[in-house]
Amino acid sequence: MAQRKQVTIDGNEAAAYVAFAVNEVIAIYPITPSSPMGEWADEWNSASKKNIWGTTPLVQEMQSEAGVAGAVHGALQTGALTTTFTCSQGLLLMLPNMYKIAGELSSTVFHIAARSLATQGLSIFGDHQDVMAARMTGFAMLCSASVQEVMDMALISQAATLEARIPFVHFFDGFRTSHEVAKIEQLSMDDIRAMIDEDLVLAHRRRRLTPDAPVIRGTAQNPDVHFQSRETVNPFYQACPGIVQKAMDTFAQLTGRQYKLFQYYGETDAKRVVVIMGSGAETCQDTVDHLLGQKVGVLKVRLYRPFAKEAFVEALPKSVTSIAVLDRTKEPGSSEPLYLDVVNALVECGASRFERLPKVIGGRYGISSKEFTPAMVKGVFDELLKAQPKNHFTVGINDDLSHTSLDYDQNFNIESQAGVRAIFYGLGADGTVSANKNSIKIIGENTPLFAQGYFVYDSKKSGSMTVSHLRFGPKPIHSTYLINKANFVACHQSQFLETMDVLQGIQEEGIFLLNSHHGPEAVWQHIPRLTAQMIRDKKLRFFVIDAYSVAGKSGMGGRINTIMQTCFFAISGVLPKDEAIAAIKESIKKAYGKKGEEILKKNYEAVDNTLANLHEVKAPSQVTSTVELNHKIPDEAPEFVRKVTYEMIKGRGEAVPVSALPCDGTYPVGTTKWEKRNIAQEIPVWDNAICIQCGKCAMVCPHAVIRIKAYDNKYLRESPSTFKSMEAKDREWSGMKYTIQVAPEDCTGCGICVDVCPVKNKSETKFKALNMKPQEPLREEERKNWEFFLNIPDVDRNLVKKSAIRSAQTLQPLFEFSGACAGCGETPYIKLATQLFGDRMVIANATGCSSIYGGNLPTTPYTKNNEGRGPAWSNSLFEDNAEFGLGFRISIDKQKEMACEYVKKLETLLGASLVEEIIHARQTDEAEIFQQRGRVQVLKEKLRNNPSADAKILLSVADMLVKKSVWIIGGDGWAYDIGYGGLDHVISSGRNVNILVLDTEVYSNTGGQASKSTSRSAVAKFAAAGKSLPKKDLARMAMTYGYVYVASVSMGAKDEHTLKTFLEAEAYDGPSLIIAYSHCIAHGINMTTAMQDQKAAVSTGYWPLFRYNPGLIREGKNPLTLDSAAPKGFLQEFLNMENRFKMLSKTDPEGAKKLAALAQQDVNERWRIYSAMASDAPAP
Amino acid sequence: MIDLSTTYMGLKLKNPVIASASPLSKSLDNLKKLEDAGAAAIVNYSLFEEEITHEIYELDHYLTAGTESFAESLTYFPKPLQYDIDPDDYLEHIYKAKKAVDIPIIASLNAHSEGGWVTYAKHIQQAGADALELNIYFLATDPQISGQDVENIYLEVLKSVKSNVVIPVAVKISPFFSSMANMAKRLDEAGADALVLFNRFYQPDIDLSNLAVVPNVLLSTPQAMRLPLRWVAILYGQIKANLAATGGIHGPEDVIKMLMAGSDVTMLCSALLQNGIPQLKKILEGARQWMEEHEYVSVSQMQGSMSQKSCADPKAFERANYMKALQSFK
Repeated sequence: MAQRKQVTIDGNEAAAYVAFAVNEVIAIYPITPSSPMGEWADEWNSASKKNIWGTTPLVQEMQSEAGVAGAVHGALQTGALTTTFTCSQGLLLMLPNMYKIAGELSSTVFHIAARSLATQGLSIFGDHQDVMAARMTGFAMLCSASVQEVMDMALISQAATLEARIPFVHFFDGFRTSHEVAKIEQLSMDDIRAMIDEDLVLAHRRRRLTPDAPVIRGTAQNPDVHFQSRETVNPFYQACPGIVQKAMDTFAQLTGRQYKLFQYYGETDAKRVVVIMGSGAETCQDTVDHLLGQKVGVLKVRLYRPFAKEAFVEALPKSVTSIAVLDRTKEPGSSEPLYLDVVNALVECGASRFERLPKVIGGRYGISSKEFTPAMVKGVFDELLKAQPKNHFTVGINDDLSHTSLDYDQNFNIESQAGVRAIFYGLGADGTVSANKNSIKIIGENTPLFAQGYFVYDSKKSGSMTVSHLRFGPKPIHSTYLINKANFVACHQSQFLETMDVLQGIQEEGIFLLNSHHGPEAVWQHIPRLTAQMIRDKKLRFFVIDAYSVAGKSGMGGRINTIMQTCFFAISGVLPKDEAIAAIKESIKKAYGKKGEEILKKNYEAVDNTLANLHEVKAPSQVTSTVELNHKIPDEAPEFVRKVTYEMIKGRGEAVPVSALPCDGTYPVGTTKWEKRNIAQEIPVWDNAICIQCGKCAMVCPHAVIRIKAYDNKYLRESPSTFKSMEAKDREWSGMKYTIQVAPEDCTGCGICVDVCPVKNKSETKFKALNMKPQEPLREEERKNWEFFLNIPDVDRNLVKKSAIRSAQTLQPLFEFSGACAGCGETPYIKLATQLFGDRMVIANATGCSSIYGGNLPTTPYTKNNEGRGPAWSNSLFEDNAEFGLGFRISIDKQKEMACEYVKKLETLLGASLVEEIIHARQTDEAEIFQQRGRVQVLKEKLRNNPSADAKILLSVADMLVKKSVWIIGGDGWAYDIGYGGLDHVISSGRNVNILVLDTEVYSNTGGQASKSTSRSAVAKFAAAGKSLPKKDLARMAMTYGYVYVASVSMGAKDEHTLKTFLEAEAYDGPSLIIAYSHCIAHGINMTTAMQDQKAAVSTGYWPLFRYNPGLIREGKNPLTLDSAAPKGFLQEFLNMENRFKMLSKTDPEGAKKLAALAQQDVNERWRIYSAMASDAPAP
Repeated sequence: MIDLSTTYMGLKLKNPVIASASPLSKSLDNLKKLEDAGAAAIVNYSLFEEEITHEIYELDHYLTAGTESFAESLTYFPKPLQYDIDPDDYLEHIYKAKKAVDIPIIASLNAHSEGGWVTYAKHIQQAGADALELNIYFLATDPQISGQDVENIYLEVLKSVKSNVVIPVAVKISPFFSSMANMAKRLDEAGADALVLFNRFYQPDIDLSNLAVVPNVLLSTPQAMRLPLRWVAILYGQIKANLAATGGIHGPEDVIKMLMAGSDVTMLCSALLQNGIPQLKKILEGARQWMEEHEYVSVSQMQGSMSQKSCADPKAFERANYMKALQSFK
């Protein structure tokens, strides 16, 4: 058999590799965790990589998965070999077309990184809910359980679909397989050619629609023949399993890897068998090996649809007496699908194989990437031993509500003792995961060892922790679960030790590596007592390195990844030390060799300095540390936070029982404040001697950690000694005190506030009115100051002049401490909206960054004021957000109408004047709304004890009499692409909704894929060669209605304009659309100075500021006002500030020049059009 | 017929006016225009190693910033399959420049690291440059570094480059040496084919409205030529290396003065940036006219005629002149 290349890749790359080789058209759309497959296809397309026919597949991004499915359907109909990649909600959007594609017997393979569906909450993680929702479409379904299988089954399914004419879903577990990095054997192009029958390809092409031989498909059929027509396909489905098995057999001849439709693994005389599909099957195989002799086995389901019942029964040993079917999905109100299929197969076909049908139980496991461990598998096998095993069970959770969960021995462990099992705790920003991926590559590609890497990420986008699980060993690795007995643990950030037990999973005599600035002598006193005790008790070898110091001395700045990687190679024993160091240097040479001698030298120096500074710590005879793990729950935290939220924060969410969780996805607000993440190295410190009280710092703070209050002097009594204040400068606050206070433990240290501060210290100009200083020494005193500050009363909202930033910024933000990226460009806009309207706001939020930092557990940032009011927030889907928000509006409007009707109806009870005032209340400003609240309060008091049905009904809707502000918030991926149809309809409705588009010009949340908002010449994923067409002008499209308030804002360029626009848009009694320039980490910029980028974007004309106010038409004025000056200088000045534009000049200088010139033309043309529109006389 | 030709670092030049390193040479069109205007050679804009290193770090930083932190967005950019960061750009430009014009192209290099000087010099030679000008920019801001240390850096750079390339190598130096003449001699002995007098460092300015230090490029004025004029005159005849005068040459008479002081060539930069490339032709024609009017037949005839060695009042180039000037001012 031919020697094939060994590669270390993840499941997504494995699928994309085959898909790219065997298709001509690829339609894509981003969705986690499938996006990388589309990204690979786009990158290979821009690099002109060829498929097996020597041509580069055409890659087309669509506006949604529904669009993708349509495009795929069309491409198949016209004869191209076509594929796509998706999962979850994306797969749901494809369902209508999938029925069509299958109904028309079109050969294609959809590659799916299977993921949960959004129900009571969204989850990006892996299970089979999505593919199970597609099981009735008529697509065949082939499942892969490992990265190697992904590559293999991708090809087998392609070969089979061509022959069977049935389209295939090829699926594998999201994250566990799609993102697991493993060493696998790569199929060669010859292998792929050998599996693809050219005659079948030509047959596929011959079935195309062409005017040269016209046919019609897609007819509308009547009751007379539709039924019969549906039955015409039966022979294809009957033949399909045989065709798949044939392809598997051919594949086996080529590669030696023999697959079966249902693959049994275990003892031939097994009594107990688990039936399962997906990555969990690997864990079962591992466990079965361990339980050898106990007559157990696992039946792996590969071809799930068509479900070959006879083959299934035949694959089971005759000796089987009991079966547990494990479904990685949930079907409320019924049993799960695989279980039903198994029961059905046994009932229909079991009699021929079994004298007595085996007992069958079914259970759920692994939903939303819930860990599925050998201990759980053992628990299931044990359950099968019972006389009355639990049916419809769950495993892996504590279901104390319906008592479905199985008990199992959590200490059951089967980790192989051969090889290295390493866990690394790192910060997202410190490069730990990248270094580990590199280590896997080094070992996978340079040694005969097998390698596996799996990475667990945080739910926050800033200051997040990563945990890497790496296995290396002499045998193939089937352990598709996290390492629970490591022989190497590295903690790349010593602060993790303060809050978590990183040594929980280390085995006796394992190795512990710590990055700490305390040397080998002092470190012992600075680690928590529990950690020190563990080191002693488990006889660990303990190594310490001051990686940041080594990085600094080696000229690497704060990059410790190479250093920590070197430590791992030096002490883990994965390779002989010298060989390991040589391998690292070789990999550095590969990565940096072309980039210049200096960089290469610095990295080599870092490796050498690492070895010189890596110390083994000799554990003293006694544990003397007095440092304790910080597991304290704040006493004042609400019960839910203490019992549930805090458990999640501390990484113990796995143990939260079912009964503790809300049954309908309803959670309390304002929980981020309990987290106190302390992620900032430096925080801003206020200099009250020079502050001019402009409020800009608070305005731009993405995390709402800078707060302002003006207050009476009396509140300063008993202030902490370091609490700062100054005389309020605003005339309206004459005689009052003024304080800017920072929340030290919630700040991310982004520094944007300092960058925008306009004041400079006259004696030392490097200092401003805010200056970054190390957080740790300030933490305690500033924590006290913050708590003191919170207890000072807010300024009366009714007295705040909202049209000026300096006063408006004293309003309490009702969106605080989100997990957005440090320096996020979106959150300041949301925060501003909550300051202005938060106490009467209801928000519909499209899926994306803003729904993640807005609603990702464990803690959420929307909060409430002292009166208990605040934004009510919800996320429906990605594609329907505008409609979802319109639903809020019409529901509120109807309830208000009804309330008015009942108020009138109950006039006698309420009094005529109150009724009159309530019904005709103007609610155009804060004071009027405040008055109406007062009236409604009076109304409620009058109704409270009234027993009539009318009074009860009015009470239930009375709050709707106070104006509600409906906000529809989302990113450009939603507004310009997937949700545009809905957005268009909603603004056309004329209803009073406020739409805020946080325009980052890419799909930020899924990693920066191009949207129709992406500008010409920008490089983005799915536009790897630079976007060749201009940005869609959403604003101008919306203006065509003539009754939609439309505005373009950029806080960094003109903050007062942003404020004015928000007030105007909200006050406009009709649809408003605010398109807000939002800088983003996906732009490749310095986030600290990002507001300067915004300034340049506006001054060069890249982002013109304007307001289209239909209200002005009624006044006989031109509704369009241009609020920024004509472009100055060249666009290139702005483009040069951002990597998204700059990087094209490094990869394709000529192309970059051409696109930049066209981008300049776009800017000129847009300015010409807008200035003409703004100067036109209004219609008579 | 006046013979304007001269020899610089072994290169036969049709006249003594060279376009010195400036952004003008970034465009191939401009190179053609310079040639058409009569430039005898062109010093290409500088390749700055520090800039390249910075760009690589910058690109690397922005490609990796925020990555591998959050499960949905493990990266933010497509992986660039091939970087095209300088020096590839620069070398490509040298290669194309050589194709575009017939006059010699002198590359200019400002390296940063020890190895960088040699590596990039070799690349430049390979790209086809006729000669190389080492634009050594070293501002000794560290009080621990002595003048001797600084001088050694210059000498070491020159020696290492000279021993690795065969094309002629000029050194563009600053006037800030304690003993300019001695330094010039040591560079001469270390193998410099020419000395370019002088490098003008950009001086930062203070922006009063923003209280910020800002880079502020000031073009040279005609007064600036006095400094190179003096040192060309002093060094002429004392060292073997050719002398190139640069800085403050704005008119035909400036060219004549520099040649008389002893320079082999004169270099124009600010004059062209201010007045456009056609200014070169005007200056060249003006110089020819002056020579005609004053009955000079060749450049070689006047070269060094007013140097310290050849002029009637050698002391005039020395410090006494300064005293005299002050007295005359009174």
